[in-house]
Amino acid sequence: MKLAYWMYAGPAHIGTLRIASSFKNVHAIMHAPLGDDYFNVMRSMLERERDFTPVTTSVVDRHVLAGGSGEKVVNNITRKDREDKPDLIVLTPTCTSSILQEDLENFVEQASLDSKSDVMLADVNHYRVNELQAADRTLQQIIKFYIKKARKHGNLPAGKTAKPSVNIIGMTTLGFHNQHDCTELKKLMGELGIEVNLVIPQGAHVETLKDLPKAWFNLVPYREVGLMTAEYLKTEFDMPYVDITPMGVVETARCIRAIGQILNDMGQEVDYEDYITNQTLYVSEAAWFSRSIDCQNLTGKKAVVFGDSTHAAAMTKVLAREMGIHVVWAGTYCKYDEEWFRREVSEYCDEILVTENHGDIGDAIAKTEPAAIFGTQMERHVGKRLNIPCGVIAAPIHIQNFPIGYKPFLGYEGTNQVADLVYNSFTLGMEDHLLEIFGGHDTKEVIHKGISADSDMDWDREAKELLQKVPGFVRGKVKRNTEKFARDRKIALITLEVFYAAKEAVGA
Amino acid sequence: MATVTPEPQALSFECETGNYHTFCPISCVAWLYQKIEDSFFLVIGTKTCGYFLQNAMGVMIFAEPRYAMAELEEGDISAKLNDYEELKRLCLQIKRDRNPSVIVWIGTCTTEIIKMDLEGLSPRLEEEIGIPIVVARANGLDYAFTQGEDTVLAAMAARCPNEAPEEAEKKERNAIASLLNFGKKKEEVEAEESAYADHPPLVMFGSLPDPVVTNLSLELKKQGIKVSGWLPAKRYTELPVIKEGYYTCGVNPFLSRTATTLMRRRKTKLIGAPFPIGPDGTRAWIEKICSVMGVEPKGLAEREAQIWESLEDYLQLVRGKSVFLMGDNLLEVSLARFLVRCGMIVNEIGIPYMDKRYQAAELKFLEKTCHEMGAPVPTIVEKPDNYNQIERIKEIQPDLVITGMAHANPLEARGISTKWSVEFTFAQIHGFSNARDILELVTRPLRRNNSLNGLGWENLVREGAKHNI
Repeated sequence: MKLAYWMYAGPAHIGTLRIASSFKNVHAIMHAPLGDDYFNVMRSMLERERDFTPVTTSVVDRHVLAGGSGEKVVNNITRKDREDKPDLIVLTPTCTSSILQEDLENFVEQASLDSKSDVMLADVNHYRVNELQAADRTLQQIIKFYIKKARKHGNLPAGKTAKPSVNIIGMTTLGFHNQHDCTELKKLMGELGIEVNLVIPQGAHVETLKDLPKAWFNLVPYREVGLMTAEYLKTEFDMPYVDITPMGVVETARCIRAIGQILNDMGQEVDYEDYITNQTLYVSEAAWFSRSIDCQNLTGKKAVVFGDSTHAAAMTKVLAREMGIHVVWAGTYCKYDEEWFRREVSEYCDEILVTENHGDIGDAIAKTEPAAIFGTQMERHVGKRLNIPCGVIAAPIHIQNFPIGYKPFLGYEGTNQVADLVYNSFTLGMEDHLLEIFGGHDTKEVIHKGISADSDMDWDREAKELLQKVPGFVRGKVKRNTEKFARDRKIALITLEVFYAAKEAVGA
Repeated sequence: MATVTPEPQALSFECETGNYHTFCPISCVAWLYQKIEDSFFLVIGTKTCGYFLQNAMGVMIFAEPRYAMAELEEGDISAKLNDYEELKRLCLQIKRDRNPSVIVWIGTCTTEIIKMDLEGLSPRLEEEIGIPIVVARANGLDYAFTQGEDTVLAAMAARCPNEAPEEAEKKERNAIASLLNFGKKKEEVEAEESAYADHPPLVMFGSLPDPVVTNLSLELKKQGIKVSGWLPAKRYTELPVIKEGYYTCGVNPFLSRTATTLMRRRKTKLIGAPFPIGPDGTRAWIEKICSVMGVEPKGLAEREAQIWESLEDYLQLVRGKSVFLMGDNLLEVSLARFLVRCGMIVNEIGIPYMDKRYQAAELKFLEKTCHEMGAPVPTIVEKPDNYNQIERIKEIQPDLVITGMAHANPLEARGISTKWSVEFTFAQIHGFSNARDILELVTRPLRRNNSLNGLGWENLVREGAKHNI
């Protein structure tokens, strides 16, 4: 037993449901008690989904507990088959069904006799894998199923597409900025002269999965979901894959070069160097940003990073390598992938933290006192408590992390978005700090409501000049504090001396 | 016009498949830990339970809540680990970090299936660590959403003291009385006591926010009815005295088990009344209590009329509009009855579970209200089937659907206005003065519709999309 208040990755069935409901016309039936269909609420709220989430429950209640699910699961599957005519129904076990140890495989077999839809049982163990691992497995399972099916029916297409093409693997519902990333990657592929063969699972139809082998290679942008599928396709069809996350200027270039290498190995003569140079120097603003004075001011500032493997690793590299920020520690909650994470970030941070305990992370932040945090919603709240700004870079996320505006993290536009995120986090911190220096946030006695320059107090010329030198965004506050100080002491004219005395008094 | 008035219809009840969306009953910890200030709720379950709580409670999770998961691991399931030792370790940690006056164990589906004997383990552990442990089996195998509170309060009912404590302790315990007396002198309090009619002790049950408790208690005080205690009280240490022969009355429709426990185990007499939701419900609730206590109610008709008058602006928006309650929190019958009185037409009342005995007075009141308003008597659908309900909604095209968040956005995208049902459980909806809050919720989508009228984008789903209704 473990005392837990908060978890970073959800239970296994969430991963399976994310995959199933990412496909078009695939329905998931959970074998679960009443109330476990909270996934539908999350999808409907966070993604602001217009359609009904294709997930229903075959309810496990007291009767099921006494006598087993029996025909109930089978009936629910065949009923859904009639009602919605899905292409595939995925029976999804939950923690409850994994202890009941009912023969769900058998129900699936029975149900598939009577349904037009394909039926499968998601092969995930609730107590062994989490949401992310389950998603990875379920995607592979579905792909395998349809490749085998096509092979059996002899309609597996032979050969490759005429032009170089790619499958983008791992875009899912409820994934962090996945939809925007997907658009950005498609655009990137277009500019590289590569056709997008299929994007899976988001928006894909299962009957098109047999066309996966027609692509020249696979691109797996996220570490968490898609690698198992890419591995399977590599073993089965000798399809090469690229698993470099194109996040940040350097990594995007590295990803593009790896793609170029693959295409060249396949006899296509491509050279992406000019494209990379042009994008880096003139299209993306991130490289220029890193040379600008703004970014110079960030040099050596302390930051900490925490999130899933993909985003935490990429962010650490961007901060350290591209912006000169001092990453004190970087961490991930993907414990099962610890080795990879350590390899990726070890040269870019002082220390590495791998934990699923949010308390450890909170303590580590408090101890480090960084100027900015890049983490999940949990770290954002730690930041709030400690007065440290936080940029959210990974799930768990809230509705505000599903923006409707275009906000990719990947590709060249992604580098711009990340630069904004980083810069805004730090300037906020700086602004806060300046406010602190010049007298804090709360002026208990409000003297002027507005920040207009006119007042009844007299300022001599020198003091007025000095006031003008105070950064604009705190000037009003400094002026009010100084005037309040003078008024309290019945000083009629504000001189330099009064000005400094006021600053000291407020600071003390 | 028909010349023959047809016989008024009676309520009809149906029962569907139970394939509907609702919250897991463990969600009751969200409001109970806030209500019972010295409690700690330990939910003994899996990651699934934890994930639900974490997401359903939104920002509350960041406020160092007084609840946690005892997350079961593979070793617990396969009984490699000793339940007692594991729970002891966790409870000692809670005692050390939070020092609560009670730890409430919430049993879940998993503890049911692996038959973890929480009721057997708790007395031993209670003795060993010196903190009361209350066990409530609020699991999704047996219950829906608000019924979670019912299981907790039923367990708490067993802990209410039999005898009034010694004087010193009494002051602290009798919180409601001192709240109502506002620290007055003893003579004044005695004078006040005489303002109450001579009636047997009355204890209310149901968790409500403190302002609502005060409001309802004062409402009864006006009639000379004294509320001796409230289950639950602000603190566990202030649980009310309950003796054989006391009267009890519920404030919420989902408290069947608590009512049963109070009657059978604590030998109290239950006052079966409609629930104080809406001015009509509040009046009927007070009247019923008065009649049992042998008090002649006064000024209630005027009070009710006055409230209705103040609601007129909202009533104009809802009159003649139809409403479909999909059913997920057991407040449905009371809400529907209030909305019929407001002039709405109720198409269907979905409800997770219907206790016809506990809700008898409310059901009768609903029927009567329909007849008085000349409204059709709605069908009550127990254990509804959401898929079938969506089909019926497609058919009827109601003006408003009260439903869970899983269906709200998809329905809105299809041009059907919705109100999120869970808000009714978290808003203050009891008593005369909160009637406006109910209508504030109910009219919100209607007011939004008026504001966005004429823009031409009500239906935002592509032709041919699934369930395109």
